[in-house]
Amino acid sequence: MSTPVLSLRDLVVEIPTRTGVLRPVNGVSFDIAAGEILGVVGESGAGKSMTGNAVIGLLDRPARIVSGEVRLLDQPIQSLRGEALRRLRGKRMGMIFQDPLTSLNPLLTIGDQLTETIREHLDVGQSEARERAIAALDEVGIPAARQRIGSYPHEFSGGMRQRVVIALALCAEPELVIADEPTTALDVSVQAQIIALLKRLCRDRGVAVMLVTHDMGVIAEAADRIAVMYAGGVVELGPVREVITRPFHPYTGGLMASTPGASKGMRRLRQIPGSMPRLDALPDGCPFHPRCERAEAACRENPGPSLAACDGRAACWFPLTEPKEAVS
Amino acid sequence: MSALIRVEDLTRVFDVSKPWLNRVLEREPRALLTAVSEVSFGIEENSVYALVGESGSGKSTIGKIIAGLLSPSRGRVVVDGVDLDRETDKAKIAAVRSDIQMIFQDPYASLNPRWKVRTIIAEPVTVRGGDATGLPERLLEQVGLAARDADKYPHEFSGGQRQRIGIARALASGPRIIVCDEPTSALDVSVQSQVLNLMSDLREELGLTYLFISHDLTVVQHMADKIGVLYLGTLVEEAPRDRLFEDPKHPYTQMIFEAAPRMDAFGREAEPPKGEIPDAINPPPGCPFHPRCPIAVDRCSQERPRLREIGTTRVACHLAE
Repeated sequence: MSTPVLSLRDLVVEIPTRTGVLRPVNGVSFDIAAGEILGVVGESGAGKSMTGNAVIGLLDRPARIVSGEVRLLDQPIQSLRGEALRRLRGKRMGMIFQDPLTSLNPLLTIGDQLTETIREHLDVGQSEARERAIAALDEVGIPAARQRIGSYPHEFSGGMRQRVVIALALCAEPELVIADEPTTALDVSVQAQIIALLKRLCRDRGVAVMLVTHDMGVIAEAADRIAVMYAGGVVELGPVREVITRPFHPYTGGLMASTPGASKGMRRLRQIPGSMPRLDALPDGCPFHPRCERAEAACRENPGPSLAACDGRAACWFPLTEPKEAVS
Repeated sequence: MSALIRVEDLTRVFDVSKPWLNRVLEREPRALLTAVSEVSFGIEENSVYALVGESGSGKSTIGKIIAGLLSPSRGRVVVDGVDLDRETDKAKIAAVRSDIQMIFQDPYASLNPRWKVRTIIAEPVTVRGGDATGLPERLLEQVGLAARDADKYPHEFSGGQRQRIGIARALASGPRIIVCDEPTSALDVSVQSQVLNLMSDLREELGLTYLFISHDLTVVQHMADKIGVLYLGTLVEEAPRDRLFEDPKHPYTQMIFEAAPRMDAFGREAEPPKGEIPDAINPPPGCPFHPRCPIAVDRCSQERPRLREIGTTRVACHLAE
């Protein structure tokens, strides 16, 4: 297999606070190949956005990477700072945020923002950059791109703005794109358009995409593989079809079953008791054990096994492979 | 047919004009936004009626009008035989008003951070001069929290717990009708299922009637008995739950069903829907959906379709059959 575009190994992010050190990302490892979409799913506080920000070097102080490795095409980048990092960001890694209104500069036309990015990272002149910007807008499906390049962000609708953000992330032809909840702020019909666009760009240009979202439906449609995160760690990792149709980790199973669409015709939804533990009050042992119906003494005493211990699929002592009881 | 709530030709227009001096100087006319346009439906007692639609469809505006937070521009809301705008007997209106409560979307913004949970929950009763001794504690237990939580402040709770407090407050005045505006949109999936189950349980225990407003089709499919689909302020289709999902008649309903992400649609390569919701200040003439509609004919751009009945479905489309 060729070198993955992005490779994380045991990534740990810590935030020192007055009352102790929090670990929002605690030993995350995964790879993303060229042309592949990895869906990173989890509930709020699971560490999925923090992982994306750590990769692209956007951690807000005092959060910092304390150990582990981030490799971009085999080059370690976790310790890059300042100018070296800035050259990488935008050029080789693009980022798409949730809210397109706050990720564009309201005082600059979209043309200025695109040409600025293009000229910063590619060695081209102003008119060439402008042509490229128009081509980029065209590619993401903005009608009459040549006329609209002088427009300001507020003149676009939410869906069109998100297309501009995608054009901005892709205009310097990066190898990796991190999309953090790119469709969460959008309506369902526009969401479908944006997902189709991301999939097409990923396929046509061989970009590796890390798609961070809480929406299982979006992941099922867009991603090739899925990483399920809980309390700072990846609890399950595998091809999307296998993980969704036959989850191994009890948390993945519970998450699937509690989605309303999954329990058609049932009067009550299956529910996972409790909520995600706060980072300053993580339980001993496997972080999911207080909410897990399969938990035994081993789960309280030992931290969850690493993915490597379970054929790289689920970090669980008692995965759903051999059902102890009828678990749907 | 005696519905508990009847909404007739409900219309709400917002004036979104610039200040008058700017209008005069720039010679611009008034800008009027029709958020809700001639919407009529009825909600049976002890049922769940869901309004679905994308942003700008007017679903929250209808909810606020029914809850009494906005007044209609035209049309009327009749609750239990009392016309809320024309009734002159103040006592009758007050009685109906305390029968209707509301649960809001954002449990972080809808609870006063400076009040103890006890005060928050008791407010709907005390504000009318009632005695709420012991009520917050009883309600907290009913929604799955502990009686001692009454002495805490909202920030001490998680999002799901806060939404339970919001539900407890909505129940305080002993309402019969609860308007739920996106009650679980701000919650994580595993917490959402807890809150939806609680709402189902309460409906059975207390015989509540819900107006359930949501953009999430899977949630609506789980909760609703009857569903109204809104587009640009108009009701384009209404049908009992199973009928709507099995046989959607309106092209817009079919479009959003097709576009919604599904957990079983791995690597789906469907053609996504075209276009976006148009500007509500200058809505398209005729059927509001015709510019995006795959089957539109000339008539659709000239004549606004009226709701007509096809079996148990009501649909506003010239071509649906």
